[in-house]
Amino acid sequence: MKNNSRRGFMGKAFGAVAGLGAIGSLVAMKKSWDPLPSVKAAGFTTLDMSTFPEGEMVTEKWRGKPIFVLKKTAEMVAKEKSDPAAQARNIKVGNDNYMVCIGLCTHLGCIPAFRKDTADFLCACHGGMFNASGDVTKAPPPRGFDIPPFRIDGNKMVLGEVGPEYQAMKDNGVTL
Amino acid sequence: MAHFTKATSVKDWLNQRLAIDTVEKVMASEYWIPKNINFLWAMGMILAVTFGLLTISGIFLLMYYQPSVDTAFYSVNYTIMREVDFGWLWRHVHGVAASVVFLIIYIHMFTGIYYGSYKKGREMIWISGMLLFVTFSAEAFSGYMLPWGQMSYWAGMVITNIFSLGSLHLDGLVEWIRGDYVPAQAFLNRFFMLHVFLLPLAIMGLIGLHFAALRIPHVNNQDGEEIDFDAEAKKYLEGNTKESKVMRFANDFLSKDLMVVGVFLIFFFYLVFWHYGFALDPVNFDPADGLKTPAHIYPEWYFLWSYEILRPFPVDIGLVAFGFAQVIYMLLPWLDRSPNTIPANRRGLFGIWFWVLLVDMVVLTAMGKLPPEGIFSTIGLVASLLFIAMWIILPFITMNEKKV
Amino acid sequence: MKELKILAVVVFFTLLTYVLVEPYAHGQMHKHVDSESFTYNDLPAITKTGDATRGQELIMGAGCAGCHSIDVAGMPAPMDPVMAAQSYGVNPPDLSNAGAVYDAKFLADLIKNPAHALKVEHKFDANSGKMHPMVPFYGMGGDIDQEVSDIVAYLQSIAVKTEDVTPAMAFENACGRCHAVGYENWTQIGTKPTFKYEKDSLAFDIKVLEYQDSLKAYMGKLPPDLSMYIRSRGEHFISTFMENPQNHLAGTAMPRVGVNADSAEKVIEYLKDAGDTKRHEREEIGMNVMIFSIIFAIFALLWKKQVWRELH
Repeated sequence: MKNNSRRGFMGKAFGAVAGLGAIGSLVAMKKSWDPLPSVKAAGFTTLDMSTFPEGEMVTEKWRGKPIFVLKKTAEMVAKEKSDPAAQARNIKVGNDNYMVCIGLCTHLGCIPAFRKDTADFLCACHGGMFNASGDVTKAPPPRGFDIPPFRIDGNKMVLGEVGPEYQAMKDNGVTL
Repeated sequence: MAHFTKATSVKDWLNQRLAIDTVEKVMASEYWIPKNINFLWAMGMILAVTFGLLTISGIFLLMYYQPSVDTAFYSVNYTIMREVDFGWLWRHVHGVAASVVFLIIYIHMFTGIYYGSYKKGREMIWISGMLLFVTFSAEAFSGYMLPWGQMSYWAGMVITNIFSLGSLHLDGLVEWIRGDYVPAQAFLNRFFMLHVFLLPLAIMGLIGLHFAALRIPHVNNQDGEEIDFDAEAKKYLEGNTKESKVMRFANDFLSKDLMVVGVFLIFFFYLVFWHYGFALDPVNFDPADGLKTPAHIYPEWYFLWSYEILRPFPVDIGLVAFGFAQVIYMLLPWLDRSPNTIPANRRGLFGIWFWVLLVDMVVLTAMGKLPPEGIFSTIGLVASLLFIAMWIILPFITMNEKKV
Repeated sequence: MKELKILAVVVFFTLLTYVLVEPYAHGQMHKHVDSESFTYNDLPAITKTGDATRGQELIMGAGCAGCHSIDVAGMPAPMDPVMAAQSYGVNPPDLSNAGAVYDAKFLADLIKNPAHALKVEHKFDANSGKMHPMVPFYGMGGDIDQEVSDIVAYLQSIAVKTEDVTPAMAFENACGRCHAVGYENWTQIGTKPTFKYEKDSLAFDIKVLEYQDSLKAYMGKLPPDLSMYIRSRGEHFISTFMENPQNHLAGTAMPRVGVNADSAEKVIEYLKDAGDTKRHEREEIGMNVMIFSIIFAIFALLWKKQVWRELH
C-alpha cells in the first residue's frame, strides 16, 4: 500500500513557512560573508598632492594595489600638447599636472618599473611598455594604465571616491 | 557486471544504482515507531537540530576566528561581535546552543534510564549515546578554550592539571598535552584542531552508530510493551492505521517531532536574543591573564555535578571518585540486574533510586557552582558520597526485582 | 493529561537547576550593593548661590590654570599629557564641561578637599605626608563656601547643557584619563588618529605607553581597558562602582569620580556602545525571529494534527 501519510495542504504550508525561515537564514549568511566595514573603510586613501616632487615617480597604496603618482615637469606637459590621448589622461590639481594610475600592467598584473632617464615604464614580465602619460607604447598590454576612482578636494585627492573628472574619463573610455 | 535496464524515469535510474526506494522505506516510511510514546521521545530530533545549529553557526564563526593567543579574543569580541554582519547572532546561537544541548542530552539520557531503554538488546544504543556524551563534553571544553578569556585560560589550566593524576605527579604528561608548560599558543591551536575537525568527525561517526544501533531493536515505548513490529506494520499497511500500534517514522512520527522542535525553537531563540548570560559567562569577557586567577572560577553548568564530586575529597581519592563518575553511567545496562524493560514507576525500588539519583544530580550541580565553604561544602560531600553509594547498591536493589 | 505532567516535571527540574546555579549562586558569590542614585549623601549640600562672574575671577586668581586647561575659555594646557602624567601621575582634566558632567556638591567638596571628595584619603593623607597631586583651594580671603559656589557656578555656566552631553564626552571626562577603551580607539591621551606612516603610529603608541607608566606608578597598577566591561561586570556593578568604588573594592586606588546621575547613564551608554554594540539590532531581529518561531510552531502543530487524524 502506498505511503498514506500524504503531505496534504498543511504539510505544504508548513514546508513553505520552514522555507521562509531557511531563506531568512541564507540572507543572514550571505551578509556574514560580506567584506567587513574596516575593509571597506580602508578602501579610501587620501593623497596630499602638495608633497610630490616634480618629475619623481612616487608609489602610493590603495586597496592593496600600487598607485603611480607622477607630478609632470613643464617639459613633460609641453611634450603632451601634441598628444590628445595623453591630454585626456592628464589630471590637473590646482596648477599642477599629474599622472595618477594603478601601477599594474594591464596585460597580466605585474608592476612595471619606472625608468627615470627615458621617463617611461618597462614591465619585466613580458616586455610591455608605457609612456610617462600612462599610455601603452609596446605590446602585449592591451591598453594604458587603469586610473583609480578619484575625487579632487582642494589640494588633496581621495582615491576610492568618484569625482566629476574621473567620471568624465570613464565615460570617454580613457579608463575602464 | 550486474544487470541494468534502460531507465523509465529519473527515479528508476536512481533506484537501479542506489536503491533509493528501499533506503527510503528502511529509513523513513517503513521505519516503524510505536504510537505509545510521549514528547520526550522527540529529544533525539531536538539534539539533531541543535547539533545542526552548532555546525552552521560554527561555520560562520570559523570564517573570522583567529586561533592565536594575541588575536583570538579580539577576533571574537570585536571582529565577530561588532564588525561581521550578523556575527553577534552566530556567536550567541553557538554559545547558547552549546549550553542548551547538554540540557537536552540530560533529559534524553534520563528518559532512557526511566523507561529502561538501555536494556535487553538496546545496550549499544546506550553505549554509543554515552560515548556521544563524552565526545560532546570534549567538544564543549575545547570550544570554551577558543575565545581565550579568563575562564578559557584557567579552565584549561585546571582541567589539564587533572592529568597529573594527583600523587603520581605526571607533570610531563600534562606538559605534553599542553604542548607547553602552561596553556599557551600550542595549547590553543591544538584544541582548535580538536574542536573544528577531529571531535566533530568523531561525533558524526558516533551519531551514525547511534542510529544504526537503534534501527534493529526499534524505539522503546511508554509501557515497555514488547511489540511485534511485523504484525503491527502489516495492520498499518492494510489500511488499519488507527488500530495499529505502530506508525511510520516519516511523516507520522516526524510531524510530531517537528511540532516539539517548533516549541523548542521558541524557547531557544528567546534565550539567544535576551537571556544568554548563563551560556556566555561574564568572567570570560576578561582577556586571559596567566598571572591572575579570577576570584570565582567554575566550569559550565553541565560539568558542575562531576566537578563537585572531585572537590570534597583529598586529591587522590577525589580523582578516583571523579573517574568513577565519568565511567559509571556507561555500565548501567550491566549494573541493573532486573530483567524488566518497563517504566521506573512500576519497578519498585528502582523507581525510588531513579528520583533520588536525579535529585542528587541537581544538588551536586548546585553545590558545584557555590563557593566550597561552610554548609555548601558539607552538602557537597554528602551528595558525592550518596552518588557513589547509589551506583554500588544498584545491582543489589535490582537483582531481586520480579519479572513482570 | 499525562504529557502535561511529564512536561511539568521536566520544567520543574530545569528551573530548579537554573535558579540554584545562576541567580542564587551568583548572589552568594557577589554581594549586592545598592545604588544611592548618585545623591552623594555624605557630602554637604550647597547653601550659597554662586556668581559665575566672580567664579571666573576666582579661577584666574587661584591658579587653577596652572594645571587645568579650560578649552572653551581659551586656556590651553600648560603641559602635554605625557609630561603632565610624569608630574602628577595622571593628566589633570580640561574643565570646559566639568560643570555638566560632575555633581555640584562633589565639585564643591573636591575644590576644597580633593582626597575627601574622591574618597582616596586612605592613600593621600596629610599625616602620612602623601599629598594628593591636586592642590586644595584654601580660599581667596572671603567666605570660602561662597567662593567655592562661585567657582562651581562658573564651571556650570561655561559647560554644555545637560542634554548636549554625549556618551563620549561623559566617558572621556570622567574615566578617559585613566581607562583606555581599545575597541573605540580611545587611549588615555585621546583617540588614536589614523597615521599614514607606521613610524608616526608607533611614536603615538610610545607616548601612550609612557603615559601608562606614570599612571601605573601613581595608581599602583594600570587601570584596565574597559572595552568589554559592560559584559564582564554588567550595568549595575559599573554604576554602583562609579558611585563609590570602595563599596565594591575596599582599599582601591580608584577615586570616586563624582559624576551626576545623567552622566553616569551616559557613561554606561558609552560602554554599551563599546562592548554591546549591536544590542539594538539584536532586539529588533529578536522580535522578528520570535514571531517567526511562534508561526513555525503553529504550522507544525497544524500539520501534525492533519497527519495524526489517520492514526488515532
